[in-house]
Amino acid sequence: MSFSKVEVRLTVNGTEYVRSVEPRYLLADFLRHELGLTGTHIGCEQGVCGACTVLLDGRTARSCLHFAVQVSGSEVTTIEGVSADESLKPIQDAFHHNHALQCGYCTPGFVMTTVEFLKDNPAPDEAAIRRGLTNNVCRCTGYVNIIKAVAEAADNMPGGEG
Amino acid sequence: MKPAPFEYVSPESEEEVLDLLHQHGDDARLLAGGQSLVPMLNLRIVQPEVIIDLGRCPSLAFISAENGTLVCGAMTRQMTAERSPAVRENCPLLAKALPYLGGTAHRNRGTVGGTLAHADRLAELPAVALALDAEFIARKSGSERMIAAADFFLTDLTTALEEGEMLHSIRLPRADGNHHTAFVEVGNRRHGFAIVGLAAALEIAADGTVAGARLAAMGVGAAPVRLHEAEQILVDGPAGDDTLRAAGEAAAQAIDPDDDIHASAVYRRRLTSTLVRRAVQEILGNEAGS
Ligand code: FES
Ligand code: FES
Repeated sequence: MSFSKVEVRLTVNGTEYVRSVEPRYLLADFLRHELGLTGTHIGCEQGVCGACTVLLDGRTARSCLHFAVQVSGSEVTTIEGVSADESLKPIQDAFHHNHALQCGYCTPGFVMTTVEFLKDNPAPDEAAIRRGLTNNVCRCTGYVNIIKAVAEAADNMPGGEG
Repeated sequence: MKPAPFEYVSPESEEEVLDLLHQHGDDARLLAGGQSLVPMLNLRIVQPEVIIDLGRCPSLAFISAENGTLVCGAMTRQMTAERSPAVRENCPLLAKALPYLGGTAHRNRGTVGGTLAHADRLAELPAVALALDAEFIARKSGSERMIAAADFFLTDLTTALEEGEMLHSIRLPRADGNHHTAFVEVGNRRHGFAIVGLAAALEIAADGTVAGARLAAMGVGAAPVRLHEAEQILVDGPAGDDTLRAAGEAAAQAIDPDDDIHASAVYRRRLTSTLVRRAVQEILGNEAGS
């Protein structure tokens, strides 16, 4: 049996890329190694920590739990794509103001999760924020400042409360 | 870790899927949403030679309702089912259990059929299927059969599906009469792996008493467990706390849970008892308030 390479075609942050990779190549590795988009971090590689979270066709997905070939033809947004989008800047600003990161390893995953969370819940209370972030792990901050940041971002998003 | 190499195929029709399964047998694994399988591939717990990706076979992703029976194609994403008015209307218990399955990112990608066919002992939907007498439609090249939920889950990670067979869809029949349901679980996190969970469906008589009860617990054994003794007590006993307590106690005695790093067997028994009371109280409380 041969494990020949397969063609993968992905639109990432609005740009189309075509690469040849092994079928076992994870989406996370594709983004980092083939495209050099190292903002997507890999923590556990088993779907638990959330550091590798991206938007796949507009919804959050663990990039360590998908093979690149499996999602060929899809649109992916990574943390690099969020920075370019001014309407999402309040999330990053709020993380910054509230000291919601220390080493920053988990931060891209938290930001991507927050992008979707605030779209689904434009005016969340603290309990909802805690539930929304429950599957992202941070080993530094103790979460308190992350929760504050998400609450502030909710207020400052276009169409938000504030 | 990275997965071992495999050959990848992505058939676009059910016939092709079944042909490939027939051809490769146990050397192949079906890839649905991948939220359970890919971690096992990454950790090299499983190393199939061939991965058959169902993600490009659109005929497996559907939700329909026929005379109150909800039919859910195996490749229906969990989030799609969770947000489906047809699911909420025809099978409220499924709608109540779905948010517990994992984080949003997992439910966006995970499928209804995937979690059922994977049959993890801590999965929620097997308990729901058991409580509702769901029917599993299994297909293989040239044939189809129906497997009752009570016969589908054999043990942890093992179902009645045979080599070459694929879960096509599940049918969740609508219960007759005045039916009410609840799904409750306790775990370290709101979503993701629980310690014990319970799916409950009660038929409430006109005078407010319990006329029928179906309770299925997960996390208390290698497969979901129907709690027949507790059900009987709920139906036979006089309304009130004593009956609830007795039902919880009977449930705790009927199960044979394991000790592991997450909880002791004793804790699991007590939790099961508590969850039986909690689920029934939730249903009767809503009933009284409605
Ligand atoms: S690296 Fe993907 S969830 Fe941890
Ligand atoms: S800031 Fe270090 S892991 Fe979250």
